Amino acid sequence: MTSLFEYAPALESRSIVDLRPSYGLFVDGEFTEGTGTPFTTLNPATEEVLSEVATASDADVDRAVRAARRAFVKTWGPMRPADRGKYLFRIARLLQERAREFAVLETLDNGKPIRESRDVDVPLAAAHFFYHAGWADKLEHAGLGPAPRPLGVAGQVIPWNFPLMMLAWKIAPALATGNTVVLKPAETTPLTALLFAEVCQQADLPPGVVNIVTGAGETGRAVISHPDVDKVAFTGSTEVGRSIARTVAGTHKRLTLELGGKAANIVFDDAPVDQAVEGIVRGIFFNQGHVCCAGSRLLVQESVHDEVVAALQRRIGTLRVGDPLDKNTDLGAINSAEQLARIRELTAFGETEGATCWQPEGDLPARGYWFKPTVFTGVSSAHRIARDEVFGPVLSVLTFRTPDEAVAKANNSTYGLSAGVWSEKGSRILSITSKLRAGVVWANTFNEFDPTSPFGGYKQSGYGREGGRQGLAAYLRGDA
Amino acid sequence: MTYVLDPDALAGGEAPVGGPAGTPPDPFADVTRSDAAFRAFLHGLPGVDAVGAQQRTAVLGTRSIKTTAKAWAIDTAISMVDLTTLEGSDTPGKVRSLAAKARRPDPEDPACPAVAAVCVYGDLAGVAKEALAGTGIKVAAVATAFPSGRASRAVKLADVRDAVANGADEIDMVIDRGAFLAGRYLDVYEEIVAVKEACGPAHLKVILETGELVTLDNARRASWLAMLAGGDFIKTSTGKISPAATLPVCLVMLEAVRDFRAATGRQVGVKPAGGIKTTKDAVKHLVLINETVGEDWLSPDWFRLGASSLLNDLLLQRQKLRTGHYSGPDHVSVD
Repeated sequence: MTSLFEYAPALESRSIVDLRPSYGLFVDGEFTEGTGTPFTTLNPATEEVLSEVATASDADVDRAVRAARRAFVKTWGPMRPADRGKYLFRIARLLQERAREFAVLETLDNGKPIRESRDVDVPLAAAHFFYHAGWADKLEHAGLGPAPRPLGVAGQVIPWNFPLMMLAWKIAPALATGNTVVLKPAETTPLTALLFAEVCQQADLPPGVVNIVTGAGETGRAVISHPDVDKVAFTGSTEVGRSIARTVAGTHKRLTLELGGKAANIVFDDAPVDQAVEGIVRGIFFNQGHVCCAGSRLLVQESVHDEVVAALQRRIGTLRVGDPLDKNTDLGAINSAEQLARIRELTAFGETEGATCWQPEGDLPARGYWFKPTVFTGVSSAHRIARDEVFGPVLSVLTFRTPDEAVAKANNSTYGLSAGVWSEKGSRILSITSKLRAGVVWANTFNEFDPTSPFGGYKQSGYGREGGRQGLAAYLRGDA
Repeated sequence: MTYVLDPDALAGGEAPVGGPAGTPPDPFADVTRSDAAFRAFLHGLPGVDAVGAQQRTAVLGTRSIKTTAKAWAIDTAISMVDLTTLEGSDTPGKVRSLAAKARRPDPEDPACPAVAAVCVYGDLAGVAKEALAGTGIKVAAVATAFPSGRASRAVKLADVRDAVANGADEIDMVIDRGAFLAGRYLDVYEEIVAVKEACGPAHLKVILETGELVTLDNARRASWLAMLAGGDFIKTSTGKISPAATLPVCLVMLEAVRDFRAATGRQVGVKPAGGIKTTKDAVKHLVLINETVGEDWLSPDWFRLGASSLLNDLLLQRQKLRTGHYSGPDHVSVD
């Protein structure tokens, strides 16, 4: 069926991106060959091969760590903090200047809608560099003692859901506090990290301060287990996080982990319903639900359940799914065949366990990896779709009757990364939010991020904070 | 290609039905039984989170409407314009000139659609009626002591009857904002019911003057109040108060007409007025309709844009799409 007001395709041009047929590693300020077997990276919306990327072997990782150590000892460590700040400001401005290029490349490699990479990912990445640039020469005011010192070389491993933004969350605080970095981007989304390496060159960042090593799990393992790495920072799945914690245990390395989540989004009967529905949509369908803090468990008060679910389904029907480069797309492609299989597996469980599955009518593109926005109603806390992280556009709806029950159900999770509360009653918001065991709690909004606000989890969602004053502590040694 | 997942998600079910005059339609027939009941009902409507409403309209404002979609949107917007002159200095000559423009907005292109209505003060409705005879373009007249509404009910009703007698097809009334802000909702309601009755066959647009009601919660309550009282349209503003039509206000009013139809089966139109000056603004409103209430409202029968200078910008953009280059202000007529 065609509608009266059909939006003509409004494609962002990909000509701004200069895709190379192959990419090497970025070590000691230069692009070099990797000695592992190269891999390809795809556009998940079309399954088109974008480029071939080098795999860093143990020897390559060792080279990168040694370059980072040299830079830490010789240039970056001894540098005047204000000068380190200047480099970070320069990087932030370059990210802004090349924002469109980064946004298009991110969308091509990840499958997320250009509207999000353009309006969220890239601006937030730049904001993290601006924010931390300001800290560089003010660290004695961070509450960590009169002269906090950097740790040394940070080994960082980041996920595929927000490739550039996660890079910024890792690299900006590390550099601002005087550390040097070896970073491994995710296997399916290495391209913006490699473009960021170009920005480092453009900013004249001293060689070795930032090193980018690409590859799969083996490369990541080499980074975190390298004996000369002083600090390990990982964002990704709880399963991998657990194994990293085991590897790092008993060494001198400091560790921060930002892992999975199964956030409760609690809607009370006095909530602003239309905005709550927007918040639910934003909470679970932002970035195709590939968000560790996604509001994947909707806890709605029984008295408004039917009304909220009906409004939610109507709203989901208006989502625009398809070509991520179209400026009007709301929902893009699932990042990989592997992730799509995982989403399918878990949603199949939902149906077998007796929850009711709802998906809107309509078509999905024929090629690429796609999954319809999905709502499960009649979900019980005992169902796997209420406990396991799906990491996709799948919402589980549960109900509650009283505020205490809402809190109990919200906290009944092995995770504790984020939560949301919707109510027009201020006192209720204050009382509920103080009882939720989650690192980030939003009130009457969801998935709002800012570099000044610390982000991190309780329980199996990890430990340590990123962003804000608290985030600096992960990269500094206090005197106390 | 992007796909709207469910094109029917916003479609309505039953055909509009009318309630008995003077009482709200079912299932709300008893909410006006007392001041207390009406107050409880209006204050029991879900609140509006202003930050969230702004966020939603900001995202919809980034929709990129190009080529064929833009051409359709411009023509549709032109056909929805209530071409307005509401000045103390209005004369029959000025109204006739506006009527001529309403019939044929672009003298160089007969394919350009006519506007929906010409909106004038009541005493000039007759002039407009005559000038628009046989065109199908409606004559809208403001009444009820527009724009302040500060007059006795008898004066307001006389004002309405006079405008209808002069040939107005549509009456744009103002609500008593003083009474609304003082919490005398039933007074406001009864006045609208009385005006609706005085309108006879003329359509009634109820101006909420949201710039004076200030909060979005009030905009929602006033929308429901006006719909329950029998208004055929709810309209944001007189154009004499700033802010006039804003996207968040329009969003809240669209949500109100959507929810009202779902509950009662009766469809009510929406008219933002004042401050919509550019094609971009107009297209944002069409996007807002399309993604909030759906295509059932994408017609001049259910959506109007109260404006004067907007029309010329629409015409310039239309010429640009047609010819590939911008002409200039001398290629559209001055009012």
